[in-house]
Amino acid sequence: MPLLEVKSLECRRDDRLLFEDLCFSLSDGEVLQIEGANGSGKTSLLRILCGLRQAESGDVCWQGQRLQEAREDYYARMVYIGHLPCIKGDLSVAENIRALLDTRSQAVSVDVIEQSLARVGLNGFDDVPGKALSSGQRRRILLAFILLAKAKLWILDEPLTALDVSGVALVEAMILQHRATGGSVIFTTHHGMALDGGMRSVALGGASAHKQTSQTRSTTELC
Amino acid sequence: MLTAFYHLLLRDLRLALRSPHELANPLIFFVLVVSLFPLAVSPTPDALRQMAPGVIWVSALLSVLLSLDRLFKQDYEDGSLDQLMLSPNPLMILVLAKVFAHWLLTGLPLVLIAPLLGLFMSVPNHALPALIFSLLLGTPVLSLIGAIGVSLTVAVNRGGVLLSLIVLPLYIPILIFGANAVDVAMDGMRVSGQLLFLGAVLALALSLAPLATAVALRITAAR
Repeated sequence: MPLLEVKSLECRRDDRLLFEDLCFSLSDGEVLQIEGANGSGKTSLLRILCGLRQAESGDVCWQGQRLQEAREDYYARMVYIGHLPCIKGDLSVAENIRALLDTRSQAVSVDVIEQSLARVGLNGFDDVPGKALSSGQRRRILLAFILLAKAKLWILDEPLTALDVSGVALVEAMILQHRATGGSVIFTTHHGMALDGGMRSVALGGASAHKQTSQTRSTTELC
Repeated sequence: MLTAFYHLLLRDLRLALRSPHELANPLIFFVLVVSLFPLAVSPTPDALRQMAPGVIWVSALLSVLLSLDRLFKQDYEDGSLDQLMLSPNPLMILVLAKVFAHWLLTGLPLVLIAPLLGLFMSVPNHALPALIFSLLLGTPVLSLIGAIGVSLTVAVNRGGVLLSLIVLPLYIPILIFGANAVDVAMDGMRVSGQLLFLGAVLALALSLAPLATAVALRITAAR
């Protein structure tokens, strides 16, 4: 049984068709990149996969169960990072990470937070308030959160935004390590990401009608 | 589930205490409005006593209304709201934690300062308990109902007018019974009827409003 299965999904935004009849599936230990131009619906697709957004038609299934019915189990084992930083300026780095983990009902010790911060290159930043961080450093906090969330599935919307070269390498290493331990990743990016062992991709067509065919073709290949 | 409630409550209280000027805003508004009436209308004790219940209650209501924006706005703008919705815990429990924090930070200070303003408006001593208890039962309802309105308008730019239009009609019964309780107490009559009504509305709001707010938040996020 695939971990996550997408069945003939259709998404519209303000009457504009973003994609229709989209289907693909994701198994354990697979990495999937969602490709597409700006405005092709990548973020909308990821938000549908999270259950934050409703598709016009079609289903998303988590381990064979529809998302709406498996919400609790799905959210305990999935972690999503969107465009927004989720960082509170008035909380320290450690408190920010703790607040994010608290919503997942995960308790962690101070040592574990320090370790994960060291891993993402923010060693010794745990007492620094969030407002004193650069946008790249904020993204790195989210990376530390992903590492600590112990999720099976990572859904990452533009994880490379604002990251420097070492940050990009870090994300690649994290994804590879996650895959090696049987985890799965779905992500979007406009930067080149080179993963050893390759990855699959799903291409979303543009909003215009003539691109629909290319989009349908690429998705049927995956079905 | 209870730990998630507790941690979110703690996070919101901590955040608020780190920007105390925002915390003081509703309280200062409340005190200012009430203290302007004697200057503008009449400083004679009889006139003040007559309008005291209405003035205090209207000021408290507007003060809560003005502070409602804070309930979800920041979380919506920095993406934390998405993470709350992706929590394996029921969203209504998390909503309840946020509303409870909001009441502790705005409603409760109003209740505590109200007796002082009551004396200021020459409310007789024997009517002060009615003032305190009516506000104690009424202000949580204002926060709970307000949360529904905020969750519907949080994505709207400058949704303040819209919020008032949605929320004010639902506030009217609380205002009427709250002010009437003080009025009746000043005449030396029993106020149990009014307080029981406010208590019943609080029980109703406590059980239904978090659910409605959770649904409204999901609708807002799905846009």
